[in-house]
Amino acid sequence: MFAHCTDPSTLSGLSWLACYLTNGKHLAFYASFGTVMLLLLVTAPAALGFGFVGATAARSRIPPLRWFGQIYTAMVRGVPEIIFFLFVPIAMDQGFEWLRHQVKCPDWTEPVRQGNDFLVCAAAKLPLSNSPQWVHEAYNFGLAVLAFAIVYGAFAANVLSGAMKAVPKAQLETAHAYGMSDRQTFWRVTVPQMWIYALPGLSNLWMILIKATPLLFLLGVEDIVYWARELGGSKTSIYAYPHPDWRLYYFLGLLVFYLLLTRVSEVVLARLTRRLSHGQATMAGEAQRKAAV
Amino acid sequence: MKKLLLGAAALTLTAGLGWAESHSVTRMGTEGAYPPYNFINDAGEVDGFERELGDELCKRAELNCEWVTNEWDSIIPNLVSANYDTIIAGMSITEERDEVIDFTQAYFPPDPSAYVAVSSDVDVMGGVVAAQTGTIQASHVASSGATLVEFATPDETIAAVKNGEADAVLADKAFLDPIVAESGGALSFVGDDVMLGSGIGVGLRESDTELKGKLDAAITSMKEDGTLNAMIAKWFDGMDAGY
Repeated sequence: MFAHCTDPSTLSGLSWLACYLTNGKHLAFYASFGTVMLLLLVTAPAALGFGFVGATAARSRIPPLRWFGQIYTAMVRGVPEIIFFLFVPIAMDQGFEWLRHQVKCPDWTEPVRQGNDFLVCAAAKLPLSNSPQWVHEAYNFGLAVLAFAIVYGAFAANVLSGAMKAVPKAQLETAHAYGMSDRQTFWRVTVPQMWIYALPGLSNLWMILIKATPLLFLLGVEDIVYWARELGGSKTSIYAYPHPDWRLYYFLGLLVFYLLLTRVSEVVLARLTRRLSHGQATMAGEAQRKAAV
Repeated sequence: MKKLLLGAAALTLTAGLGWAESHSVTRMGTEGAYPPYNFINDAGEVDGFERELGDELCKRAELNCEWVTNEWDSIIPNLVSANYDTIIAGMSITEERDEVIDFTQAYFPPDPSAYVAVSSDVDVMGGVVAAQTGTIQASHVASSGATLVEFATPDETIAAVKNGEADAVLADKAFLDPIVAESGGALSFVGDDVMLGSGIGVGLRESDTELKGKLDAAITSMKEDGTLNAMIAKWFDGMDAGY
C-alpha cells in the first residue's frame, strides 16, 4: 500500500502498524465486511419474498397450495437453523448438478455415486471446474443466500400471516360491501395495512438475520469471521508481519461492528414504525392522532 | 526404481491424450493454515512449501492449476464431491484415508510428530493433549491414553497450550519447530517424538486415475533431479529428505 512497506522487518511502532493494517490480507478482511452487507441486502428482500409467498400459500383456498405453505413454515421453523445451513447448500448443489447431468449427459453410463464420490460429467459441474475462482466464490455465496432466504422466509411467512389476520375484520367487510372481490380486497386493503402489524416481527427478524450472518463462515464463504480468525492467529517469522495471538482484538472489532450495525438498525426501524403508524387504527396511530389534535 | 520409471514414463505417454478438454483447470485444494507447508501470506495468497511444490508439479505435468483453500475438517468431503481436484495440504498417507481417497507417492518423507508444552514435566501419556481434528496426531492421542481435545485449526491447538487449556500439543515437528524457536523459551518440546503416517502425498479422488498418473510422474522426476530435496531443504531449515 505505502511505499515504505516493502520491507516490514525494518519497521516498528506506528509505521509497522500502518503497513500491517493495509497489507493484502487486511484489504481482503475489509472487503469481507462488504460481503456481509451484501448478504443482508440480498437476503432481506429475498426472505420477504419467500415469506409473502409462503404466507399467501398458507391462506390459500386450494388445499395443495395451503399444505405447501403450512408445511414450509412448520418444517423450517422446527429444524435448527444451523442444520438447515449445513444441509441446504450441499443438497442444492448436488441437486442442481444431478439435474444438469440428466439433461446434458444422457448417454453417461457410470453411476453418479461411486462409493464416496459424487461424480457428474464435466459439462454438468456447477460451476464448471475450469471457471475462474471468483465464479466458484459467487456460486457458494449464491447458495448461502438461498439457504438464508429459505430459512428466514419461513419465519417471515409466519409473521406476515399473523399480520394479515390482524387487519381489522370490519375493514375487509366494508371492502366487500363496496363490491370488491376477494382478490381486490387482499391487494387493496389487507396488503397495504398489514405492514404495521408485521413490522415488530419483521424488525425482530432483521436483527436475528444480522446476528446470523457469521454462519456464512460455516458455509465456507470467506467472511469477516474467517478473516478475523485467520489474521488474529499467531504468526511466526515466516510471515512478513509476525505477531502473537491477536484473535481477541479482532473478535472485539467484530463485536463492535455488530453492535453498531444493530444500533443503527434499531434507530431506522423505530423511525419506520412511526411513519407507518400514521393514520392507522392502532394504539400508536391513535396516539399520533391525539397528539396532533 | 527402474520399474517405477518405466511405469511413470508409460503413464506420461498415455495420460496426455484426451485430457486437456476434461480438465482444462486443475484446482489445487489446500488448508492455508499450516506453515511452512501451506499458509496464506500477507498479500492474501497461498504460499509455502506446498505452493512452490504444487506449481512445479503443475509445470512438469503441463497442468493449468489454480489454488483454493478449504477448512481442514471438510477437506476430504469437498474433494470427493469434486469442488477441487487435489488435496495438497500436508496430508499424511494413512490406511483410513486411503479407503476414501487416493494418494500419489509421497513427496515428503515420514516426519516425526512431537509434543510441545509450557513446562517440561508434563505427562503426555496421561494429561490433556491438544491436536487438530481429523489428523493422524489426533488419532494417536486418542489411542495413547491421554485426554484428547480437538481444534479446527493448527493455530488454535497452540493457543490452547499457551492459555493452559491443554497440557501439551501433538503436531508435525516441522510445523512446531519455528513456533518453539520463536516463543522465547515459553514453549518447549517434551517427551519422545513419535513416528506417524507413511509420508505426505497429494490426495486425489479414487476415480481420477489420469491425474494421479501425471502427478506421480512429476513427483518422480522431481525426486530424480534433486529439485524436491532442494525445495524441502529450503522450506524446512536444511532438512535432508533423502530422495
